[in-house]
Amino acid sequence: MSKNNNKLDTGHQTSVLKAFIKHRLFIPIVFLALLLLINVFINPGFLKISLGRDSTGNPVLIGNLINILNNATELVILAIGMTLVTASSRGQDISVGATIAIVGGVIMRVLCGNETQPTELKAPIIVALLLGCLAGMACGAFNGILVSKFNIQPMVATLILFTAGRSIGSMAMGGLKPKAAAAFGYYGNFIPGFPIPTPILITIAVVGITALALSKTNLGLYTRAVGINDKSSSLNGLNPALIKFLTFVILGLCVGIAGFVQSSRVQTVNPYTIVPSIEMDVILAVALGGNSLGGGKFNMTGSIIGAYTIQTLTSMLTTLNVNTNAVPVFKAAIIILLVAIQTPIVKSFFANKVSLSRLTAGNGKERG
Amino acid sequence: MLFMNKTQDNGGAGVVRNKPNRREPLTDTTFLLTITITLFIVIYALAIVFLGDKGFSKIQMFFNLFNENAALIVIACGLSIVMITGSIDISVGGSTALICTACIVCLNNYGFNFFTSLILALGIGLLFGAVQGFLVAYMEMQPFIVTLAGMFLGRGLVALIEVNQIQVDNVGFEQLSGSRILIPFLGDINRKGVFIQSKLEYGVIVAIIIVCLMFWLLKKTKLGRSFYAVGGNSVSALMLGINVKRTKFYAHLLCGLLAGIGGFLYVFHTRSGSVQQATGLEMDAIAASIIGGTLLTGGVGNIFGTLFGVLTSGIVLLVVTAIGSQDPWWPQITRAAMLCFFIVLQSVICSRKKK
Repeated sequence: MSKNNNKLDTGHQTSVLKAFIKHRLFIPIVFLALLLLINVFINPGFLKISLGRDSTGNPVLIGNLINILNNATELVILAIGMTLVTASSRGQDISVGATIAIVGGVIMRVLCGNETQPTELKAPIIVALLLGCLAGMACGAFNGILVSKFNIQPMVATLILFTAGRSIGSMAMGGLKPKAAAAFGYYGNFIPGFPIPTPILITIAVVGITALALSKTNLGLYTRAVGINDKSSSLNGLNPALIKFLTFVILGLCVGIAGFVQSSRVQTVNPYTIVPSIEMDVILAVALGGNSLGGGKFNMTGSIIGAYTIQTLTSMLTTLNVNTNAVPVFKAAIIILLVAIQTPIVKSFFANKVSLSRLTAGNGKERG
Repeated sequence: MLFMNKTQDNGGAGVVRNKPNRREPLTDTTFLLTITITLFIVIYALAIVFLGDKGFSKIQMFFNLFNENAALIVIACGLSIVMITGSIDISVGGSTALICTACIVCLNNYGFNFFTSLILALGIGLLFGAVQGFLVAYMEMQPFIVTLAGMFLGRGLVALIEVNQIQVDNVGFEQLSGSRILIPFLGDINRKGVFIQSKLEYGVIVAIIIVCLMFWLLKKTKLGRSFYAVGGNSVSALMLGINVKRTKFYAHLLCGLLAGIGGFLYVFHTRSGSVQQATGLEMDAIAASIIGGTLLTGGVGNIFGTLFGVLTSGIVLLVVTAIGSQDPWWPQITRAAMLCFFIVLQSVICSRKKK
């Protein structure tokens, strides 16, 4: 502050800095960078990526960063859908974890039939993927109808599938715990001969398609409009119920893809324990990205960064030998901290401080 | 339509009764409550008729319904109050797990007795309630996120205290926990023809007292009425001169206190603690409140509805288990279907009211 009145250049720099600080992505990016820095500090070889060979001799990329990018796949894909749902319906879907169990159950049933250890796949993988996505979209449509037609709050409407989903997943598998043939594992691990983990490629594809959809279609605009004020968007010729329904179906599709990747990782599914409390992580990712959970405007990039932040945090705590069950303590602390920073009260408090300091700086200038 | 042409008594503050001599039409709350109670009675009656040989005709079964659900009743009461105020608390499962483990560790290793562990449980509950209430009411943070953090914190702290499942190893506590109230003149005759008196746990008495207390609080006190007013419309409540922030804070504080009592009843009943304990308890409590006619939008609700919400979902679980399908997935799916029915019903009633 004292250097403020030295040169014009610094003034320009501070305005750029200020614009960056004011930017919506400031907190998410800084936080992710901070986490990565801490990781580098703990483990100097954190950023190293090397080309190794797996047990079958195929080349694979090895490194902490690759692991984070790989493991964050489900979170990123779900966060994309959840951002849209949050924006349009002003609430969150808490059934995504349970729906993944359903999708996993359907995929396993399609691939394994009634056998527990089939040597080959019973159906082409593309059929399993399509049916899995269909199951996810059906669940999304069920939630969507409850939310848009019956005007039920999203959290309450999705409470139904949250309660039943894991049981339905178990029912879909007929109570068996089958393990699919190894060829199914390519999509959650590596395609032989190709060093980049397949989930990363899937993430890139999904993010790319989302970016295209948001820039080429009116999806983003309509979602924002419905979320900010559904009455006025209806007066402007939109159909809020349809938009809300669509966002839930899109989330269902995301759940289908995420469920496909997740069940491909170990080629087996336990519906009662698969992705425990991932819905909380996903909602957290959306909130970390600077999105209001009260709907309206949204920032897709922020959500994706938020998802990677959570995965980085989780892996960091795992490398620090923190008990898996104790990880939530740190998540809780971070949630409170980050959400508190972004509340209007704290923001206005800091804004007052800044304007006060600017005032004193101005006084100094006059005196100089 | 019984529930269409009525005075707007959704439990809103200040109901004026114009014609006391005429029978008042059913209100939304009473309508939903009636459905829940009717459903409970019908299911129970059907269970006695068709599944009598599986134990439903025994009186003890009825008391077991309370014995098993005492903790849930208390916790669901707290959630109903928070929901009536238009907020939500999903941390109760986490704080219950924390209370169980903390109490057991203190009972086993630090020479705590029944009363000190009770104070510990209430303290943990109140602390959760106070911090969350402060963050929600005065920092204006979203209740879902705040209590989500509370849930994470509760479960995570359990793992920091004790990773493995632990049992109570304290003679005094176990004696108290094992003792039952024998109910005079009520009981069943077992296979040998011996009359066995029905047993009730002490926790149930606490739960019933709390239900009555909360009913009184919500109906008769200024604080209780302001919960409804804030949940119904916080802006107009503010204009009426109600301190909205303080009301919200008190709602969370009360929910925390009840979660503390409920958590203690939980450990009193189960006598064990683990990280996975009481998983999904918050959702059970929310579901019970919804089935009992509490709207998540706030401003509408009834504590007796919540009580019957717990009992109805309890009896449905028992019936589905007793029907004896070997598949383990039916209880949860039935429960969800019931929840779906009540949620849609609420929504239909609400949309009719608007017309």
